[in-house]
Formats: sequence, structure tokens, C-alpha cells
Amino acid sequence: MAKRIDVLHLNVYYGAFLAVEGVNLAIEPKAVTAFIGPSGCGKSTVLRTLNRMHEVTPGARIEGKVLLDSQDIYAPEVDPVNVRSTIGMVFQKPNPFPTMSIYGNVVAGIRLKRRTRKSELDDVVEASLRGANLWEEVKDRLDRPGSVLSGGQQQRLCIARAIAIEPQVLLMDEPCSALDPISTLAIEELIYELKQQYTIVIVTHNMQQAARVSDTTAFFNIAGTGKPGRLIEMDETKTIFSQPAEKATEDYISGRFG
Amino acid sequence: MPSSLIERPVDGPSATPPAVTTTRRADRNFAGLARGSGIAVLIIMAAIGAFLLWKALPALQANTAPFLTTSQWFPDDPAPRFGIAALAFGTLLSSLIALAVAVPIGVGVALYTAHYASRRIAPVLGYIVDLLAAVPSIIFGLWGLQVLMPNSKGLWRWLDQHLGFVPLLRNDLDSYTRSVALAGTVLAIMVLPTVSAISREVFMQVPKGHLEAALALGATRWEAMRTAVFPFSRPGVVSAAMLGLGRALGETIAVALILSATFAINWQLTEPGGNTFAANIALKWNEAGSVGLGALIASGLVLYIITFAVNMAARVVVERRREFSGAN
Ligand SMILES: Nc1ncnc2c1ncn2[C@@H]1O[C@H](COP(=O)(O)OP(=O)(O)OP(=O)(O)O)[C@@H](O)[C@H]1O
Ligand SMILES: [Mg+2]
Repeated sequence: MAKRIDVLHLNVYYGAFLAVEGVNLAIEPKAVTAFIGPSGCGKSTVLRTLNRMHEVTPGARIEGKVLLDSQDIYAPEVDPVNVRSTIGMVFQKPNPFPTMSIYGNVVAGIRLKRRTRKSELDDVVEASLRGANLWEEVKDRLDRPGSVLSGGQQQRLCIARAIAIEPQVLLMDEPCSALDPISTLAIEELIYELKQQYTIVIVTHNMQQAARVSDTTAFFNIAGTGKPGRLIEMDETKTIFSQPAEKATEDYISGRFG
Repeated sequence: MPSSLIERPVDGPSATPPAVTTTRRADRNFAGLARGSGIAVLIIMAAIGAFLLWKALPALQANTAPFLTTSQWFPDDPAPRFGIAALAFGTLLSSLIALAVAVPIGVGVALYTAHYASRRIAPVLGYIVDLLAAVPSIIFGLWGLQVLMPNSKGLWRWLDQHLGFVPLLRNDLDSYTRSVALAGTVLAIMVLPTVSAISREVFMQVPKGHLEAALALGATRWEAMRTAVFPFSRPGVVSAAMLGLGRALGETIAVALILSATFAINWQLTEPGGNTFAANIALKWNEAGSVGLGALIASGLVLYIITFAVNMAARVVVERRREFSGAN
């Protein structure tokens, strides 16, 4: 059951530094939302506030609200641990646990929550790895360390690990930036399949990728170094890429396309 | 860890190093230097062992009692009788007590410093622990003698009364001074900063990505420690414990101050008595005759071998799951 996210008047600070200012956006369920924009404009920062991962960074804090199906995830009674098991995350740099096998990596999240029978775990491992388009490549070596895989395979392992706990939203921060074109395509297809079930937010520097995979695109920009990043505009992807409302958006997109 | 640069092929655990025909000269020189130093260390260690053995042999031949199982020390009698049983017992037991106390606390402090304490407290805490690691052992010995011994009676008595069914904690003498348990406790306090300082460095080296991966799966902070931090740090923590154990096994002066140097194996560790290799050597050296000196050196050789064995055992533990160490 996918959920929607509404961000209201979001400011994000790193200590005294205002990194992102005044973001309002709506993320639709069972759709892919892409965050695009130049480096340093706060895409990762905003993404990480959506599952409270920014709280891991000392000194990082927010003002404003983030609603998951109208429930404020920053309400005092909400446990960030629950937020993160509901809203999964895939990072830019593939980060499988090096001390665990491929199998162990996939079930790591489940093992945190409850004791599960081996047969059930086996099913989850197969389903998650199939879901991440990795099953055929690793099914004969599930007991090998995750670190023996290639970068692209490691990233798909991380996606398998994230979907194994059946989150309702999946946040992906440049998940393909370390991958070859074939693996990238595999992950894009995967994203397309995953959106039947999940709400997906993806940060990408690749315009074609944003155009291919996303339904909605949010363009962030920054006025200059030291200035806070802002959401410039957000619309259906085909509108953003054909007739954006803002000149800055058009410049950015056309600049990228050359 | 730096030593792995030399030992481990860069592209995987089982792969052989690529056949490079034109190795750069600096690489070659460095490899030669590294290999040379390694061999030199081995030669020095073997030489020390051989020297000890050579010095100990006459005394061992003169000994009329079995060296390994005797718990008496009369090497300068007309018929010398001496053995290391009591020394080995006291050394191992006091060191094990030290580890049993110091490792959990030291690792706990390290974990707190590395992953729980605020950014303002953590460096201060780290600094204090490092400072403690630099305190000379004589100070710990004096402190143990003057402060801990008179003030810990209540603890030992309590252990006897409530956990006296464990033979190790029983005390039938109602006397609690100069015991192996006391020596072990002082050793624990001495090795705690070592264990803690090294563990802290190891914990801080866990890549942020692994910690974040665990947290993003909905792990609590503690679960993230169990999932990402402990497994990754295990070899380093084992090494930290071994360094601590090494210090405890060889510690001389603090133990010599505290123990009354009796030659008996007494499993009731809170009762007075007990002795260790190092303390015994320090206490007996000046009054020893020629066989006595040889006997002390022989006991030193045994300590040397024990220390060596402990380190080998630690290496085996560390190596066993190297593939999963994250260093690939
Ligand atoms: N941990 C941090 N501590 C302090 N400042 C940070 C931290 N992380 C990011 N920032 C700052 O916040 C701003 C936004 O960074 P962010 O990483 O969100 O940008 P981004 O849009 O994801 O860039 P990129 O495309 O390069 O990943 C930058 O000015 C950055 O320097
Ligand atoms: Mg980023």
C-alpha cells in the first residue's frame, strides 16, 4: 500500500547553515518523482529529510512539516526508526554490508524486526533479488560476501535489501551514478515495475533518466554558493521537459542536453 | 590496516597478484624493505627464544622435579626442585580476570565515544582514555596496594556471600588482601585504556555508508551497531583485546607489589596468595644463585611462548572470515 508525501514549508539547516529553504511539494503514491538540479542545490538534503535520515548528521535539523498520508513524520510521538522502515532508501554509493553474505544482506532488515523461518526468508530473498533483477546472477552464490559483486550488482543488491522489508516509499539518491548503461537500464525497468507497488523518489543528474522513469519532476536550484537551495518548479515530467514555466528550468535542461 | 597493503592482493581474496613485468623501482624497493623488515623481526624473535633456551638449559637439566607441573620454587637447593605450574596459573587467571573486566567496559566506553557521545564530549572522553593509557604501571600498582586493596574488601566479601557457590569466588579465610582477584582487577584497570583506545579507533573507522545503510533499514542505533559496526570491527577489537592481554600477561611491577608470591594453585581467587611469571622473576632475580637464574629464565621462556601462542590464536580468529572483513 503506497503512501503519498506532502512537504510543507521545509527549511533544512546544517548547524547554522541554511541549506534548503521554503520547499513545498507533493509526492504522489504509485508514481515516480524525480529531483533534478545542479550540484549542491539540496536534492540529497531534501530527500534525506523524507525519512529522517538527515538526523544521523550531527547538527542537521528541519523546520516545517513532512506528511506521510497526512501523518506528520516529525510529530513528537513518531519514532524515526518506524519512519525509516516505512520509507526505504538506496544510496548513491552501493553500500552492502561487507561482513554479510549476499543472502544475509537481503534479509538484514527483516532480521532486525522479527525472527523468521528459514523457508520464509528463502522466499523473501528470491523475491527481492528477482525484484532487483539480480537473482539469475547470484542464485548460485548466495553465501558469498556481497563485496565480491560488481558495483552495479552491489547497487541492485542494495535495492533488493531495501525492498525486502516492503517499504511504502522508496527513496533513491542517484542510484545509477555508479553503474554501466546496461545495469542502469535494468534499474530503470526495475523502477518502472516497483512503482506499481511503491511510491518512488529518485534523485538524478541524468536528464534522460528523469525523462524516462519519472511521472513528476521537481527542479531545484541555488542562487549562488552559501545561498540556500530552493524548489524552482515541479510539474508533470513531460511538461517540465517540453514547456517549463521557469526560465531557469529551461536553461538547466537545455544546457544539459547541449 | 596498513599491514594489509603488503599481504593482500588488490583485486580479491583468492586472486593472485597480476603478473606485472615492469614493476616500478619504488614498488620493488618498498616490497624488499617490507619483506626484509618482516624477516628481521622473525629472526630477532627466534634469536630471543634461542637465547632464553640456551641460558635455561643447564638449570632445566639440574631440575629434579617436572618443570611444567611442579608448583614449588627451590632452584638453589642441592637437589633443585622448581616448576611453573603455580606461575602459569596465577598469570593466566589474573590476566583472564583482567580481560573479563576490561573488554566489556573498554569496548562499551569505546562504542559510546565513537557513536553515542555528542560531538563536544567525545573528543574529551577520548583524550582522557588516551591519557590513562599513558599512566606508568607503578602508579597503578601503588594505587592498587594503597587504595583498592583496603577498600575492596566489601566487594570480595559480598561475592563470597552471594556467589560463593562458584568456587572461584569462595573465600574460606575471610581475608581478602594480596589475592589473584585483586591483581586481576588492577590489571583490568591498566589494560582498560589500551583496549578502549584501540577499539574506539576501530569503531570510528566503520564507513558511514554502512551505518547509514543499517539505519535506513529501520535499525535502532543499537541494532545498527550490531548489524554494521560490530561485525566490521571484530578483527580490530580482537586485536585490541590481545594487546591488552599481552600487557596483562607481562605486567611485572604492579603485580609484584600486590601479590605475596606464594607457590600454590588456589582456585579461590579472592584469598591471599598467587604469583605470576613476571612478578616472580622480578622478585627472585637479585637473590637467585646460578641455577636460580637459569630457572627464572626458563620461566621467562614459557611466558614468551604463552604470549606468542595467544597472538597466534588471535590471528586465527581474525583471519577466519577475512573474506567477509570488508577489506576486499
Ligand atoms: N553533512 C553536511 N554538513 C554540512 N553541510 C552539508 C552537509 N551535507 C550537505 N551540505 C550542504 O548542503 C547543501 C546541499 O547539499 P546536497 O548534498 O543536498 O546537494 P545535492 O543537490 O545533493 O548535490 P549533488 O548533486 O552534488 O549530490 C550544500 O551546500 C552542501 O555543502
Ligand atoms: Mg546529492
